[in-house]
Amino acid sequence: MATNGSNRAVAAPQNDPNSFAASVKDAATAGFLVAVLGFFFIGIRTDIAPGGLDLKMRWGAWIVSILVVFVGRLLLNLFVLKTDSPITRKIAGAMPSGSRFAGTGKWLMRALFAFALVLPFFFTTFFPGKDRQFIDLAILIMTYIMLGWGLNIVVGLAGLLDLGYVAFYAVGAYSFALLAQYLDMGFWFALPLAGILAACWGIVLGFPVLRLRGDYLAIVTLAFGEIIRVVLLNWYEFTNGPDGISGIPKPTFFGLELKRGEGGFADFFGIAYDPIQRFIFLYYIIFILALITNFVTMRLRRLPIGRAWEALREDEIACRSLGINTRNTKLTAFSIGAMFGGFAGSFFATRQGFISPESFTFLESAIILAIVVLGGLGSQVGVVIASIVMIGGIEMLRNLGFLQQVFGSGFDPVQYRMLIFGLAMVLIMVWKPRGLISTREPSVVLKEKKRIGADMVAQGEGH
Amino acid sequence: MSAQNEPLLSVRGVETYYGNIVALRGVDMDVHRGEIVTMIGANGAGKSTLMMTICGDPRARNGQIVYDGIDITMMPTHDIVSLGIAQSPEGRRIFPRMTVMENLQMGAALVDPKYFDEDIAKVFKLFPRLKERISQRGGTLSGGEQQMLAIARALMSRPKLLLLDEPSLGLAPLIVKQIFDAIRELNEKEGLTVFLVEQNAFHALKLAHRGYVMVNGNVTMSGTGAELLKKEEVRAAYLEGGRH
Repeated sequence: MATNGSNRAVAAPQNDPNSFAASVKDAATAGFLVAVLGFFFIGIRTDIAPGGLDLKMRWGAWIVSILVVFVGRLLLNLFVLKTDSPITRKIAGAMPSGSRFAGTGKWLMRALFAFALVLPFFFTTFFPGKDRQFIDLAILIMTYIMLGWGLNIVVGLAGLLDLGYVAFYAVGAYSFALLAQYLDMGFWFALPLAGILAACWGIVLGFPVLRLRGDYLAIVTLAFGEIIRVVLLNWYEFTNGPDGISGIPKPTFFGLELKRGEGGFADFFGIAYDPIQRFIFLYYIIFILALITNFVTMRLRRLPIGRAWEALREDEIACRSLGINTRNTKLTAFSIGAMFGGFAGSFFATRQGFISPESFTFLESAIILAIVVLGGLGSQVGVVIASIVMIGGIEMLRNLGFLQQVFGSGFDPVQYRMLIFGLAMVLIMVWKPRGLISTREPSVVLKEKKRIGADMVAQGEGH
Repeated sequence: MSAQNEPLLSVRGVETYYGNIVALRGVDMDVHRGEIVTMIGANGAGKSTLMMTICGDPRARNGQIVYDGIDITMMPTHDIVSLGIAQSPEGRRIFPRMTVMENLQMGAALVDPKYFDEDIAKVFKLFPRLKERISQRGGTLSGGEQQMLAIARALMSRPKLLLLDEPSLGLAPLIVKQIFDAIRELNEKEGLTVFLVEQNAFHALKLAHRGYVMVNGNVTMSGTGAELLKKEEVRAAYLEGGRH
């Protein structure tokens, strides 16, 4: 009888009262631990008061955190840890994997592209009250997509971990701002120059770090990013230091300014002026810049240089033994990646109208790198999805007003974005260790592709 | 072979160090045109170091390496390879996430693309298994197929001299035989010069025209493959119990 009972317990533990009781007990233990630990950290708040510290009890927050842990642990026990069919396995199964996604990925890409193409008109038509806010957000996301694609060349394709990518973004932004300030250049004229300057900085950075790989390279690029920022901050006579540069000119539409009144864009085409036109215009500029980045990357992947980047990521020694000049290969990856960072930077400058070194902190590099890693190294669609989730996600946090009712009016969910980033990173690395889209599309497609694809899945090597 | 006036590759007094550790203590060796030459020796004798030194990574600290009349001792690796030396490095080192086709394209990186179709047909004829696996990722191939791919990739650069580092490593005897047959075929039909580093002394010496024995960074013996196979020292050190 006893063996019979335990067999049943193994077969259907979620229905077994013992298992449920054990889950509750386990969750209660977790809740108790939080109660003890959180009593001082969460339950008591100390404020500076006249004559010393003032203690204030926050019973509400304390109880809420206990409940959150208790319920969370209970659910985790019931559905993941103490059950035969963990829900995570179902999720992992439902997630796009391997070659099954290769087909849908193409359609997803097309759908996203079609949506991006009509996005401003979609928002002006369906959300007329909030269109400006949404298009602004779309511009921001698109900027990060472009940065992600640019960094993808360096990190995803060439496998060089660059923690200072924001330096090139800064170089591009400051190039345009300074060219406009000192030489009175317009956006379209300064854009290629900013890209070239950033590419030059890419080479300058590339040379000393050629022999480095992995951790060492990451540290040096991190330092490089900081050097650029500190120089911008301290070279007051030239860059205006922490005060930043303001009055950066807006881009023009073939010489037409998007302004009210005579000689403006609206006036020339005989339509009514609307401030939204400028946002739509900016959106299409970054959209086209991002598309160029994607197009160039996809093209380069099929050329010998792109293949050499990928081979370099796979095995540097093998590359050298095949006669690849690894120095030049790395330098081109660095400089082309930097060039797109520079383009994005000058777009950023013209969009903001004001830049200061504060916009180019390490956090930006980290976000861009997180986008590339979460999206799946080397995957172009992955970058798009990760940008939408991460940048759009931060904006979503601003709208979670109900959290303030739980945690008090001083609670600002946006402050917790790094925590949420971290959590998202951990979750994705647990379930999809190679990023959201981990399939690598071969650069040469042959007729037998499908057959071999299925063959590979059978071997469990669909990545 | 000995009628050739000067060797294709000549190594003279080469000393290589890893930091302060001496790996090669003055190696002399010749590879003539159209020959298969093998270097046998135990683990850590310096065989692979010699092969890497020929390719310029690490550089020889002393001595001279001359290939086809050109001193390549101090040349960067990619320039050496562009002279027509192809290497199948130790441990195969294929690109695991790239397909067989892409791996082969990488091998042809320095070659005029007009030869690509002709060359790829040639390596597929030599290793028909690779053709079946053409769109498969390198990392999903079996060990033997990976070795074939490594050799095929080296051949795609249209080499005059092929350097092979332990092609039999970790492979079943039948696959080893296939690979060694392919090397012999390349040598006989195409006249390709091969320098082979091996621990599998019996097979290597049977295949090679000439062989060298390396012990502790020195070349201690040399002779034709058949001569070395008969030598008592060679048999005792490398062949007893190892004939398979």
